Amino acid sequence: MSWIWKRITGRLTGISLLFMIAGTEHLLAQNTEPAISTSSNVAATVTQSAVNTGDTVWVLLSAALVMLMTPGLAFFYGGLVRRKNILSILMQCFMILCIISLQWVFCGYSLSFGPDVCGIIGNIDWLGLKNVDMNPSPYAPTIPHQAFAIFQMMFAIITPGLIIGAFAERMRFSAFCVFSVLWATLVYNPIAHWVWGKGGFLGTLGGMGAVDFAGGIVVHINAGVAALAAVIILGKRKGFPDSISPPHNLPLAALGAGLLWFGWYGFNAGSALAANSIAISAFLATHVAGAMAGLTWSVLDWVKFGKPTTLGMITGAVAGLAAVTPGAGFVHISGAIWIGFGAGILCWLAVTAMKAKFQYDDSLDAFGVHGLGGLWGTLAVGIWASKAVNPNGVDGLFYGNPIQLWLQLKAVLITGTYSFIMSLLLFKLVDFILKLRVSENEESIGLDLTQHREAGYTLID
Amino acid sequence: MKYIIAVIQPDKLDNVLKLLTEKEIHLVTVSTVAGRGRQKGIAEVYRSHKEAGSLLRKVKLEIAVNDDFVQAAIDAILAGARSEHIGDGKIFVLDLPRVIRIRTGEEGSTAVG
Repeated sequence: MSWIWKRITGRLTGISLLFMIAGTEHLLAQNTEPAISTSSNVAATVTQSAVNTGDTVWVLLSAALVMLMTPGLAFFYGGLVRRKNILSILMQCFMILCIISLQWVFCGYSLSFGPDVCGIIGNIDWLGLKNVDMNPSPYAPTIPHQAFAIFQMMFAIITPGLIIGAFAERMRFSAFCVFSVLWATLVYNPIAHWVWGKGGFLGTLGGMGAVDFAGGIVVHINAGVAALAAVIILGKRKGFPDSISPPHNLPLAALGAGLLWFGWYGFNAGSALAANSIAISAFLATHVAGAMAGLTWSVLDWVKFGKPTTLGMITGAVAGLAAVTPGAGFVHISGAIWIGFGAGILCWLAVTAMKAKFQYDDSLDAFGVHGLGGLWGTLAVGIWASKAVNPNGVDGLFYGNPIQLWLQLKAVLITGTYSFIMSLLLFKLVDFILKLRVSENEESIGLDLTQHREAGYTLID
Repeated sequence: MKYIIAVIQPDKLDNVLKLLTEKEIHLVTVSTVAGRGRQKGIAEVYRSHKEAGSLLRKVKLEIAVNDDFVQAAIDAILAGARSEHIGDGKIFVLDLPRVIRIRTGEEGSTAVG
């Protein structure tokens, strides 16, 4: 029996060595500590009643809803590519679910929300979620700090996921993995800090006062602009635009869009960080804007091309949901309807007219839908926001505060420029080290077989 | 009359169809097929288990032509489907004794055109 024991201990030493090499050994130690202190913390907070159980439930549930958006996005994008590339999209989405989660726990959360350094970035006090405990944080007074970190993690995951739409069907998987981690650390984390972090120079917690309820700037403009950079660096797919087949599985794309819509309630209403009236108004605004934009896009398709299309309907709904993200929780229902209407028209024009005119291959319209939808929504907050909806929010142009529109525009320009330049540099860097694009032959065969040695659909049986 | 069967790479289909149209060959039937050649397909992996030599997806074109269009059709397929990589496919040319158009009952070369 002793040889078995030797093997087990030998293996354990190997594993712990691995953790030490990775420098995450304190994660292990930390894991056990809070487990013990958790129960005492909970007991303490119950007596202090600082943590509200209803709020905590809502935020945890919202985090789960937002997590579901990444697989939802995988199916939305997956249905839109050619059948030889569906697995590559699903793999990219699930891979960021894995690596960005770990990046977030390791350093992402601390860099985004940790104690401020010059308004630009969080410091490293919360590395490995150290000091992130079960007591309320400065960000949300009624939920445990870790619940807030979990909720924000899901946003960090889906943002690099959105960029996939721009470089679909032609990026090497290894280059994608490296790019995503670098982009999350050097672009997402700083921008999240600028807008949402305590002391960040753009936001309302000690900054110049631009508002972004659930991620119009941080998530959608950020990812949309990075998508544009991807398109510029990677170039067109072979055969674009004339001989690219239409989406290989629209039912799958519609399922994905449905999951996105469903998850968006967590994304926006959850961003109230409490189960209160702001969450409810954000929920309603989100829903109404998505509906309005889907309808608008369909009608435009109908009038201009003779038939309303499924692809147009689901793309429109996603555009509206992206556009209302910064404003949900700040605007009245009427404002949300206008935001949805504007998103429908603007994104429809971008996708049908602008893309056709300039012939850039934003394959699944990550820039056209998320970039421009987010841009429109962020400016729209400066127009329709009202303190009657959210006393902690702002008034916009129509409620007697035109300066807010200027603040929103300034925030858009600063973050957009930063994200664009950094994304260009990171794509160039990864291209230099790893080569971004698959070979022409691999592109013809498809990424499923060449990057993953699998096929999404079998040929016979 | 000849019956031309060509098995080509799926991503070359658009090219070939365009060239065929240019040569005024419109009658064509296309299907997705599975097959393998000397390349023996590409190995896939399922749950770490390597499946060697699985079949590859190809596109099969079937074209019925009158004799004076045979070379034009072959040229179009060669020009459109060739990438000079292994797996570009094959063209088979068969004799075609009878063709009938169902709608009118016409037979022979008028039915082909």
